Amino acid sequence: MEKITVFNNRLLPYLLLLPQLVITVIFFYWPASQAVWQSFLREDAFGLVSEFVGLENYQTLFAQPEYYRSMLTTVIFSTLVAALSLSIALLFATQADKNLKAAGGYKTLMIWPYAVAPAVAGVLWFFMFQPSLGMLSRPLRGMGVDWNPLLNANHAMILVVLASVWKQISYNFLFFLAGLQSIPRSVIEASAIDGARPMRRFWTIVFPLLSPTTFFLLVVNVVYVFFDTFGIIDAVTAGGPAGATTTMVYKVYADGRLGGDLGGSAAQSVILMIIVIALTAIQFRYVERKVQY
Amino acid sequence: MANVTLRNVRKTYLGGFEAIKGIDFEVGDGQFCVLVGPSGCGKSTLLRMVAGLETITGGEIDIGGRVVNQIEPADRDIAMVFQNYALYPHMSVYNNMAYGLRNRGMPEGEIKTRVEEAARILELGAMLDRKPRQLSGGQRQRVAMGRAIVRQPKVFLFDEPLSNLDAKLRIAMRVEIRKLQRRLSTTSIYVTHDQLEAMTLADILVVMNSGQVEQIGNPLEIYQKPATTFVASFIGAPPMNLMPLRSELQSQLAGDIRAREAGILGIRPEDFVITNDTVSGGVALGLTVEAIERVGAETFVYGTRQQEEQGVAAIPGELPPGEIIVRVPGAVGPAIGERIRAVAARDKLHLFTADGRKRLGD
Repeated sequence: MEKITVFNNRLLPYLLLLPQLVITVIFFYWPASQAVWQSFLREDAFGLVSEFVGLENYQTLFAQPEYYRSMLTTVIFSTLVAALSLSIALLFATQADKNLKAAGGYKTLMIWPYAVAPAVAGVLWFFMFQPSLGMLSRPLRGMGVDWNPLLNANHAMILVVLASVWKQISYNFLFFLAGLQSIPRSVIEASAIDGARPMRRFWTIVFPLLSPTTFFLLVVNVVYVFFDTFGIIDAVTAGGPAGATTTMVYKVYADGRLGGDLGGSAAQSVILMIIVIALTAIQFRYVERKVQY
Repeated sequence: MANVTLRNVRKTYLGGFEAIKGIDFEVGDGQFCVLVGPSGCGKSTLLRMVAGLETITGGEIDIGGRVVNQIEPADRDIAMVFQNYALYPHMSVYNNMAYGLRNRGMPEGEIKTRVEEAARILELGAMLDRKPRQLSGGQRQRVAMGRAIVRQPKVFLFDEPLSNLDAKLRIAMRVEIRKLQRRLSTTSIYVTHDQLEAMTLADILVVMNSGQVEQIGNPLEIYQKPATTFVASFIGAPPMNLMPLRSELQSQLAGDIRAREAGILGIRPEDFVITNDTVSGGVALGLTVEAIERVGAETFVYGTRQQEEQGVAAIPGELPPGEIIVRVPGAVGPAIGERIRAVAARDKLHLFTADGRKRLGD
């Protein structure tokens, strides 16, 4: 049964919704529609004249091999980041959920990375793995790895994935921990008495009961890797070497801001937006059905 | 089928708190043992120790001739019904019951037979495909029972299984649990704080208080001969009247040898008779009626003793000092404010030492 609140004043419900609506309109619908409009325009180099060109920006875009490459990069990058940050966070959360002595301190330490700004996190990882100065590059070289994220595309990808995962684990950890703690202890005990070993208990009881949390995090993480990893990529590799870590969102920035192609950049962000909306819709439609309860 | 034996079982927490202070008792094969006591007395902890959900810090628990101290819950061959039922919310009723059998690698065909048999006994046949949230409290309770019986374990453990049900359903389920246990004759240990449940279900009743056993025995025996004032006031509703044995009462009991050592006198409300006749060797109390409770078949008269000594230390489990409850059969009783004389015969008197720890006589 859903609760229905009845207001006596007809205006009040609208007034209560207003702040949220105003924020959404100003910060989402308005810029989004601007982007859509701009994707049909071409501006001159000085931003003085705009010309309506219809779908030309899109046509140019889909004729570029770099664009398909950035799509592929995004798929690899986002799959790796989402999968790793979710599974590592879940592992940590299950450990923190046990009755540890220093659980409080452990949890606090786990949450810290979330308080670090993406760009700062990026710089941090960049310096740690900088081929000639990085404190972690030397031992890597010592082990015979020819470590060079500045030149090697795979190394660069590994580095941005690591930095992005590191940044996102805290958030996922918090939600997983809260999710784990909301599972009644007696249900776990019942399954222990029912003869389920810890691993089986996890996969047959804990994981299914955690699925609403997992689903929520999946949606949030997809949005995170598509948009919020921009700062990390910019600080660590700036999309390089040779575009190997240029994801779609980074390309929006590179083409529009650095390349001055506002129309093309707007077309890219429209496509990106459509992809994220579609992904979220698919998740809601198919994954949520499997969410338990 | 198994005996459960507890030998000097102790539980001390890390901080030094002693939850269980050395408990010994034995539940025979197929017997129904009820652990009863006020909340915080350690009865649930003790049950969880038998289940293997709490570690045992001292002594031994033996199930079917095997010491289980170091054995995982899964390997103790027990089944437990939890207070909140602890059903798996994401599984259908069928899968809830089948889960424990699947974990043990039983073939699906046999699982089906067992689950359907349990569903038939518990009248859950029409609900096998439902999820727990689609069931009523009573139905969930039955699923929890079903999950226990399909396993055909050596021992059933019940942790206040009826306390989340409404009064009517609780009585119905109480009878069903007893019938079911008789039918399967599986050794059972049942924890409750409800003395009525304890009295009606138990073959053996274990009355616990602050981590210790106060008395073990057949429920009626415990009712008739409580070993301590705690048991006397805990078992029976309304509770036994307990009063300090002082000057005036003592002179009434002058002929009784027990009274020499006794410090506390106990009389059950139903053992009083309101009369002006004298009884030799018994006790007569002059009361002023303060309140009347008419239940229909019986009436409870709340009176205050007229010559109440002041400054008497409270007896554990005593009613407010000087208050006495008298049960009168039928709906007719004295009026409020009336002065009555409540008399109890000599064989109805329970005498305890002044600390309430020891029963005298018999």
